[in-house]
Amino acid sequence: MSDKADKFVPSRRQFLAGAAAAGAGAAATGAAQAAGQVDPLITEVQDWASGLGDGVDATPYGLPIRFEQDVVRRNVEWLTADTISSINFTPIHALDGTITPQGCAFERHHSGAIELAKEDYRLMINGLVDRPLVFSYADLERFPRENRVYFCECAANSGMEWAGAQLNGAQFTHGMIHNMEYSGVSLRTLLEEAGLAAAGDFKDKWVYVEGADASSNGRSIPLEKALDDVLVAFKANGEALRKEHGYPVRLVVPGWEGNMWIKWLRRIEVTDGPVESREETSKYTDTMADGTARKWTWEMDAKSVITSPSPQAPITHGTGPLVITGLAWSGRGAITGVDVSKDGGKSWTAARLAAPGTDKALTRFYLDTHWDGSEMLLQARARDSSGYVQPTKTQLREVRGLNSIYHNNAIQTWWVKADGEAENVEVS
Amino acid sequence: MSKFPKYLAAGVFALTCGSPLWAEGYGLGRVALPEEIAAWDLDVSPDGTGLPPGSGDVWTGEEIFADKCAACHGDFAEGVGNWPKLAGGRGTLDREDPLKTVGSYWPYLSTGWDYINRSMPFGAAQTLEPDEVYAILAYILYSNDLVDEDFTLSQENFTSVAMPNAEGFFVDDRLTSEQHFWTAEPCMQDCKETVEITMRARVLDVTPEETAASEAGTESGADTTETAEAAPVAQEEQVEEAALLLDPELVAQGATVFKKCKACHRVGEGAKNSTGPALNAIVGATAGQVDGFRYSKVMAAAGEDGLIWTEAELAAFLAKPRAYMKGTKMSFAGLRKETDIEAIVAYLKSLE
Repeated sequence: MSDKADKFVPSRRQFLAGAAAAGAGAAATGAAQAAGQVDPLITEVQDWASGLGDGVDATPYGLPIRFEQDVVRRNVEWLTADTISSINFTPIHALDGTITPQGCAFERHHSGAIELAKEDYRLMINGLVDRPLVFSYADLERFPRENRVYFCECAANSGMEWAGAQLNGAQFTHGMIHNMEYSGVSLRTLLEEAGLAAAGDFKDKWVYVEGADASSNGRSIPLEKALDDVLVAFKANGEALRKEHGYPVRLVVPGWEGNMWIKWLRRIEVTDGPVESREETSKYTDTMADGTARKWTWEMDAKSVITSPSPQAPITHGTGPLVITGLAWSGRGAITGVDVSKDGGKSWTAARLAAPGTDKALTRFYLDTHWDGSEMLLQARARDSSGYVQPTKTQLREVRGLNSIYHNNAIQTWWVKADGEAENVEVS
Repeated sequence: MSKFPKYLAAGVFALTCGSPLWAEGYGLGRVALPEEIAAWDLDVSPDGTGLPPGSGDVWTGEEIFADKCAACHGDFAEGVGNWPKLAGGRGTLDREDPLKTVGSYWPYLSTGWDYINRSMPFGAAQTLEPDEVYAILAYILYSNDLVDEDFTLSQENFTSVAMPNAEGFFVDDRLTSEQHFWTAEPCMQDCKETVEITMRARVLDVTPEETAASEAGTESGADTTETAEAAPVAQEEQVEEAALLLDPELVAQGATVFKKCKACHRVGEGAKNSTGPALNAIVGATAGQVDGFRYSKVMAAAGEDGLIWTEAELAAFLAKPRAYMKGTKMSFAGLRKETDIEAIVAYLKSLE
């Protein structure tokens, strides 16, 4: 299946050319209809209306139809030394709704995506617990289960944009995010199974969580968070996790940076302090202008992005009705509102939320509007249930300077031109 | 790794295997055995908890590093291409594009031990012995000028090593320093008078396309996103006067091999001492005698004792500098291929 998918991956350039051609075609069709010409797609019997389609089982596990083969994860080669320790990006510009299909949800590996069978899977809980335990995969499925939808955002999402507008596409500027419905066991249930009397006062205790891959990607999480809403998940969007997302078991740490969502979870240790691993000292710390660095910046602040129109999703239909849409999320609670500006932030209009925002999950917003063909400087601004309002880049830089990498949640601007093309820009 | 006497509970409950193990909970899973916990509980904390006994010195570390780490991190931990730089960068954290290395940024030495032991070398994790991990870390400290060349890192002295940026971190303060982002009533109309485009992505043009991605070079700040900069490989030195008896092809090969040495050694007309001494006419010269270069004690002493850089001596030195002369300043692992050594000696002979 992967061979097939690879073969059909077109370049972005081809994709844009295709989009432009489609736009022109649509416009031509519109003109023909206006002139009263009949549409042969309607008046002539088409092959698909006469012959037969595929039988069942043509694709035992279905992939998107070939016309959608450009909707794939993409990598930015110059970011990393190789693809084993690297990241790619969700094609958010081409998706709608809020649930990210697993097959195009971004990947981030530190030592590659490993293949770990359920029967070889073991989860250990040790440290300050009453009974150090080992669970098999089958054991995990016997604990009471929960279903929850959460976003997972890499702390470095939009990180390339700190110093200026750099990557031309929502996929690349904001695509280190996905949003799935997880099925699993609460970490609290597993920790209580091991017994926490030995931990004493929970307030100054931590859990150290690590994966089975070579990177281990160990992270320290305060015990209070571990007992709050963290999940040990084995299904996403109803099916088994994909290999690249930690099959068979990953940690879900709602609202907190993606690096803490340990994949191929193999061990949870209750400790009396943070381990201060590589991933929480040399990485995932935020350098300020004066050279000091913030650590333990776990929460993902409220953020939004317009996914269409955007550089990879230009307006191809000309003037008239236009759907402006995008995504908003907050690691501190639920999205309560999203405002959209067409003039680079001079004035704002409240967008329509497709559904009320839910805790630490993506919210889809729409602004159903009319485009008169003039240029727009499109922005979205998220608000969350904690009262936080998504800041501008200028506001963020005033506090943090230009040397941060992680936690760039600034308002994004797309410059939509008269021809419908859009470009990533910064504005005053 | 926890200080908790974790094996106690395991021992008690192991005896009751087969019957309901604990009254509360679901009774699922089984007790983790001490050997299992020991195999997986490898993490090391800043106070040294979790460190196994052992030690390793800078020179041993340098050899292991050259063998197992340098392909990505460079002979001197300076990094190759986009791979992480482990040394240098002191004093850059408050500048544009700070260089964050073990020496300039990492607050805890334990992080280095933990990470090397658990996850390195890339593609062969968990193959190093504790002494090797101590040695590699000692060499990384040395590469950052944090310890002397005769330093040995051990479980005993581990927590006494001072990390320069230990005090450089503070706990997330967004709730106070960014309190002004919590504004219940954001501006909706007439929020600013003018809007100007101040930067465009297309001007920079680093977005992946069909072929552009690998060619695009740009400054970037993301995680491991140092720009893929070309290693500073200097142009091949022109071999001006190959001595009559030298095989020109061999000399040319030697010039290529000498690229490994150029970071520290200058040759040719007007060559000056650098990190290492200038090497014109070194073949046949007395060791430790290049004017104005501060040699290690052992090298200076060897020269005074009459060591001459004959082809044979030079070949032995270049094969394994540390083994040949323990204490030499030359921080180079050595040339493994005899053909490389032969070629480089021919090249050096040509530089009369």
